[in-house]
This record gives sequence, C-alpha cells and structure tokens, in this order.
Amino acid sequence: MSISVKNLSKHYDKQKAVDAISFEAKPGRILGFLGPNGAGKSTTMRMLTGYLAPTSGNAEISNYDISTQSMEAKKHIGYLPENTPLYTEMYVKEFLNFVGQTYQLKNLSYRVDEVIKMVGLTPEQHKKIGMLSKGYRQRVGLAQAIIHNPEVLILDEPTSGLDPNQLVDIRALIKELGKNKTVIISTHIMQEVEAICDDIIIINKGKIVANDTIEGIKLNNNQDSLENIFRKLTA
Amino acid sequence: MYAVFKRELFSFLSSMVAYITIGVFILVSGLLLWFFPDTSLLDYGYAELSGFFSLVPYLFMFLIPAITMRSFAEERREGTYELLITKPITLWQIVTAKYLACLVLVLFALIPTTIYYYSISKLGYPEGNIDSGAVIGSYLGLFLLGAAYTSIGIFASALTKNQVIAFAISAALCAFAYLGFDYSSQIFAMQNFETTISSFGINQHYQSISRGVLDTRDLIYFVSFATLFLLFTKLAMGGKR
Repeated sequence: MSISVKNLSKHYDKQKAVDAISFEAKPGRILGFLGPNGAGKSTTMRMLTGYLAPTSGNAEISNYDISTQSMEAKKHIGYLPENTPLYTEMYVKEFLNFVGQTYQLKNLSYRVDEVIKMVGLTPEQHKKIGMLSKGYRQRVGLAQAIIHNPEVLILDEPTSGLDPNQLVDIRALIKELGKNKTVIISTHIMQEVEAICDDIIIINKGKIVANDTIEGIKLNNNQDSLENIFRKLTA
Repeated sequence: MYAVFKRELFSFLSSMVAYITIGVFILVSGLLLWFFPDTSLLDYGYAELSGFFSLVPYLFMFLIPAITMRSFAEERREGTYELLITKPITLWQIVTAKYLACLVLVLFALIPTTIYYYSISKLGYPEGNIDSGAVIGSYLGLFLLGAAYTSIGIFASALTKNQVIAFAISAALCAFAYLGFDYSSQIFAMQNFETTISSFGINQHYQSISRGVLDTRDLIYFVSFATLFLLFTKLAMGGKR
C-alpha cells in the first residue's frame, strides 16, 4: 500500500476537523477525495504531507510513518497545496531548480527541462511565475510536485479556477501521471471525478461516509448520478 | 538547507527591498556622521569613529527589522510556507537558512561603511593616526549586535502574518534588548545586582567588545542570545501545527 491511514484525527479545541478516518490507496489508481467545504479534505491532506501534526492516529506513505519518519515520507510525496502557493517573484526554471535542490536531485537541469515538457510549460518557461496565467501557474504547481518522481501525488483542488481548455489538459496530465503513481485529488466537480478517478471517498464533518470504487458506489445507490449520491450522503 | 539560503538571498537581491533598506541606512548614517552638525565627526575635533559606533546600534533597530520582517510573515500570508515545510527539510534548517540570509544582508550594509575608516584615518594628524584595534573590535561588535538583532527579527516575523506588526515587535524588542536592561538596572542603583541585570543587555557586551578586547564571555553571550531566539522561532512556527 502506498498510502495507509489509520484512525487519523485532527482536533481544534473541541471541534473535530478530522475524526478517526481510515483508508488506503493503491498504486496505479486515482482516488477522488470529495466532501462539502469544511468537511476536512484539506486538513487530511495537510496531515499526510506533514504540514499539520495529527492529534491522534497515524498514516504511512510508502511504508514510512508520517510522524516518526517524516523526512523519508516527505521524499515520497508530491504535493500541490490548495490555491497553488508559489514564489511569484521567481522565474519558472529558477523555482523548479530550487524545488529540485530541496530534494537533492541529481542531473537537475535535465530533469527540470523534462518536467517543463511534461506539463506543457515550454512556451512560458522563461517567464516569472507572477506573470503567468492561472492555468500555467497550476502547471508550475504540478511540475514542482512531480519533479522528484514521487510514488504518491497529493493534489488539493488542482483544477479550481481553470478555463475549460486548461481543465481538459490538466485532467489528461493527472490521468497520465496516475498510471504508475498513487494519486489523491480533492475536488468539487462531479464530472471530474467520473472523468479521471478510479476510487472515491466522500467525507462529511470529519468522517468518511463512503469509500468505494466509482462503479461500486453507483451500484449500491441504484445507478443514481454521483451528484445525487453526494447530496444524499452529505446533506 | 543551502537551497533555502540561496533562494532567500537571491529573493532579497532581486527585489528592491534590499537595495532600498541598505541605501537608506548608508544615506542616514552618512548624513548623521558628516553633515548634521550635532552629530558630525568633522565638528567633533578628534579623528575617531566612536560616534559612528554608538550611532549604528540605533539605526540597526530599524534597518534589521525591515530586512527580517518578511521572512516568515510573508511566507505564511502567501501560503508558500506550506510548500516549503512539506519538502524534505526540517524546520530548524529553514529557520537557520533564513537567519543566515538576513545576516549576510546585514553584512552587506556594514561593508560600505568601512570607507569611513579610510576617510577618518586620512583626516587624522599625523595621517593614519587612528586606533585600528578599536575599529576592528567595534566592527566585530556591530556584526555580533546585528546577529542578535537579526535573531529577534526572525522571531518576531514568526509570530504574525502581518509584516508591519513583525517590524514593530522586532524594533521594540531590539530597543529593549539593547538598552532596556541598562535602564531597568538603574532602578536598583547601588545595589549588588545592578550589574547583573545590565549584563543581560546587549549594550554592555557591545561596549566591551568595542574597546577592542575580545572576551569569550561576550562572544558566548551573543552566540547564546541568537541561538535562544532562533529556538523561540522554531517553537513559534512548530507550535502552529
């Protein structure tokens, strides 16, 4: 298992942002992480990536415990935080070089050119990040997440705010990456889940309310649409 | 860690922030030392730099917070801190890298002022009649003082997302660390712990090094001062998880 989560919880005072969730994710599959705003999706992702410390429970990334072996775990994760924070005053290549150095990669300049090609940044590669459009910034965000070829990719709302053309491109890229990695993406768009995800987890008020394959969840709900299932489970 | 250090330094050098703050520092210190009659070295009558060395700690109270205020505050406001801390680098490495980058900038602000040493030594009678030992000691003292202020500034920047608040907190803390202990020790004038209290302040150790006597106690004081505030910074950043 490349991601295995056991009873992971995050409490803020008395509020349970994430309440003892457990799940697993397999390589070669894309897991859609769904839930209303404030359900705990980002909190869970932030715990997996080491930004937040869990209140209780544990999780393993490629068999490294996120609390006790955090450095090893971090090396195996590529993470795109919500709203794609980037150093806007840096140039695209300069930024990717910096990220590569934090992973202590070898043949870095070759690898930077490779990921720039992979995410389709070639026409914009000599610009400052602050000058890029939202779609291209998203690509820079993805490029920094995959530069060290991680086993696990965690993408927090990677397609929010993109136009329909950019959406198609980014989805295709994520689907391509998902072939040999474990991918978790969070999203609000149901068509997106149907388009790219293999498995689906619906989370509401910090608890998992559904954990199944796309086909499985439809079968259990009389072939209803995902939208209706989502509304039924989280309303 | 080197990657973070390099990024910090380059981001200073590629933005106007560094040039403007250092420029203003050199302009103000130049004006105060050569033009304004009350503080001018020329009107002082003696060819020595002690006026400069007693002035700079006050200028640093504003220069250094201006350099350090963005280090953590901006990263947390922009969300890039999340990007940074999820890379395989420890919090301690991030804190040290940011600290060293700011310290290098402080050094960049100090280096151009060595021209004052040259001018004053030329103005002396006979020419070159200047206490070089005291000048070297004072520069070392200034650097250590800058190192202490920088650690305060980094700590203040970790406390808030707002750069202006970070600036205000660190300027106030620097002023207190420099003078506060001296002043509060005077409340207990003539009592035996007066010197104990003032020995917590930066001023006393700075003065001692400025005399050109490098005492290991002073060195240890500055090193532990900076380490302590960097540890506070780590606690402040780590506590938010």
